[in-house]
Amino acid sequence: MNNLFKAAFIIAGKDLYSEWKTKQVVTTMLIFAGLVIVTFSFAFDPSNNAVRAIIPGLIWVITIFSAILGLNRSFLSETKNDNLYGMIVSPTDPSSIYLGKVIANFIFVLIVQLVSIPALFILFDFRFMGNFPLFLAVVVLGTFGFISVGTFLAGLSSNSRSSEMLLPILLFPIVSPIIIAAVQATRILLIDIEQIASAISWIQLMGVYNLVFFVLCLVLFEYVLEV
Amino acid sequence: MNKPNDLIDIPEESRLYKTLFFISIPMVIIALYLSFIYAPVERTMGVVQKIFYFHVASAWVAFFAFFIVAVFSIMYLIKRTRIYDVIAGVSAEIGVVYTAIVLITGPIWARSAWNTWWTWEPRLTTTLILFFMYIGYIMIRKMDGAWEKKARLASVFGIISFINVPIVFMSIRWWNTKLHPVVFGEGSDQTGGGLEPEMLVALIFSVFTMTVLYSVFLLKGVYIEKLQIQTARLKEKIQEKMIS
Amino acid sequence: MILRGINLSIKKGETVAILGPNGAGKSTVLKILGGLIKASSGEVKVNGLDLKKDSYDVKRKIGFLAHNSFLYDHLTPLENLKFFGKLYGVENVEERAKQLIDEVGLSFFTHDPVRSFSRGMMQRIAIARAIIHQPEILLFDEPHTGLDQQAIKLLNDVILRMRDEGSTILMVTHDFQQAIETCDRFIIIKNGKIVDDLQNVERNIDTITEKYMEQVSGL
Repeated sequence: MNNLFKAAFIIAGKDLYSEWKTKQVVTTMLIFAGLVIVTFSFAFDPSNNAVRAIIPGLIWVITIFSAILGLNRSFLSETKNDNLYGMIVSPTDPSSIYLGKVIANFIFVLIVQLVSIPALFILFDFRFMGNFPLFLAVVVLGTFGFISVGTFLAGLSSNSRSSEMLLPILLFPIVSPIIIAAVQATRILLIDIEQIASAISWIQLMGVYNLVFFVLCLVLFEYVLEV
Repeated sequence: MNKPNDLIDIPEESRLYKTLFFISIPMVIIALYLSFIYAPVERTMGVVQKIFYFHVASAWVAFFAFFIVAVFSIMYLIKRTRIYDVIAGVSAEIGVVYTAIVLITGPIWARSAWNTWWTWEPRLTTTLILFFMYIGYIMIRKMDGAWEKKARLASVFGIISFINVPIVFMSIRWWNTKLHPVVFGEGSDQTGGGLEPEMLVALIFSVFTMTVLYSVFLLKGVYIEKLQIQTARLKEKIQEKMIS
Repeated sequence: MILRGINLSIKKGETVAILGPNGAGKSTVLKILGGLIKASSGEVKVNGLDLKKDSYDVKRKIGFLAHNSFLYDHLTPLENLKFFGKLYGVENVEERAKQLIDEVGLSFFTHDPVRSFSRGMMQRIAIARAIIHQPEILLFDEPHTGLDQQAIKLLNDVILRMRDEGSTILMVTHDFQQAIETCDRFIIIKNGKIVDDLQNVERNIDTITEKYMEQVSGL
């Protein structure tokens, strides 16, 4: 058990350090998130009052699309020199590799959200008046669920030559419950605060989803990694 | 490891297939009779309601086929025998056809029942998500590489998506009931309640017929798949001979 | 790839070369030993420990060097070695990594990204990566292909030194010359089966080639 986490932290540390050196993935994700916001402002007039209603959806659209960019890179960067094999032949449990990748991807996406969500609020002139700790919980839970399934499927689709195309097709149907839950909970917390009780049950749904799929992916990742 | 994976000697189709095939022909005719002539025409919806017998039966098979995919995926991961992978793959291919039937008949029926082509109703939406998962599953199978790799990855995806189905259904239901979570129990069942006994007989029989039909397709598909494997192997042998 | 009835026991300290035509299953044997592929049946034991059950302890004893380097392009040799050293739980990983870079003669490039390295330089670092945890067993998959003379010499020196230190070495190769220089047992694999096991033979390229041709070309 100890080894599981130790190796996971080493791998996550390696990914974060690589990112620190190259700054490729997070920069691309940030620029992409910015472009999505700009495109939205063309599509939905920000001066219109009704646009408030779509802000919760926008938060998750930005997250999902920029996260997909990072997820695609996550395992492709390991295939260049068969680096993944290097980890498999070392005394590292497949679950550790999965866990390490989840941690790294999760941090990348959180960084992107940290910049893009405030930027969205500012550019669409949205004043936050909801419950901030709960909003934070929804963002973290939703992102974690998305990333834990996403990392797993990124590992799976990295076996294919056209993995960039395969990943979204595999990922979206599987994460649809967490997207529904995250969007609904965010919507309640941002613009419909009286409904807070159902926001809590959406959060519970996200918790259950995360638990089920995180454990499932952790166990099944061994089968994804075989050569 | 080679014995069970050597599918070379399969001269003819199994007896089970032949039996099921000949049973299925009269069953289909009876099912057609029951649903079109025996069962009365529904008062409000009219003749369009007849589609209901095929819609429900197809939906049942679509989900059942996915269950079979998941079961054989688990078995493949444990035993690593090729036949399990073949069954899972064929079942997915049949499943995607049935899911498409559900997605086509659903709106036709919905148009006359609720006066709209599509509603984001839990069952219909779950079927749509199921359709996409089937497509993803088949795309994994169509990947390039050794069959072992594809079988392994497809199995993993089959298991994950199967577990996802009830969660999708539940979350869409929550979403639809305008945020008043109903976890279990029938909420807004549009079909239940006033079903006449003749209709029920026709429905049950057509569900049963569809299941038999599914088994026929499954056995036939597995047989074709075996032939394909055998052809590939024979080709390989000839190739080897020609080179050396 | 299908292997049939591979039954191989290797004593501690032996250096074994696995020879065979393309697609015979040489690499598969090595990959199974290294834990990259799971065998559908049969078992791998090292010192009585099962690879499946005690994979953590077994894998710590194995060093694996493949044709590909396993190195990260944008990281420096030092960072690469430190990462893999940590995965193997090596103590004083920084010192050990520096010492190894020194030994493979690349100390001048310690802080350059691996991306700019030539194949020979990459392979030197890859060798250092494979032996960073001082493994008792070394698995080499086509280690000599694409190397310049100097790198080949360095690799052979490493192999011979590890042998003198009592390590067990398994090598899959096409290069008979190098196999003869470093190994004292030769196994020939064809169609997933061991067809010949040459022990205590004269280490002479003609003898080996003759035996090899006898097994491989004769149907």
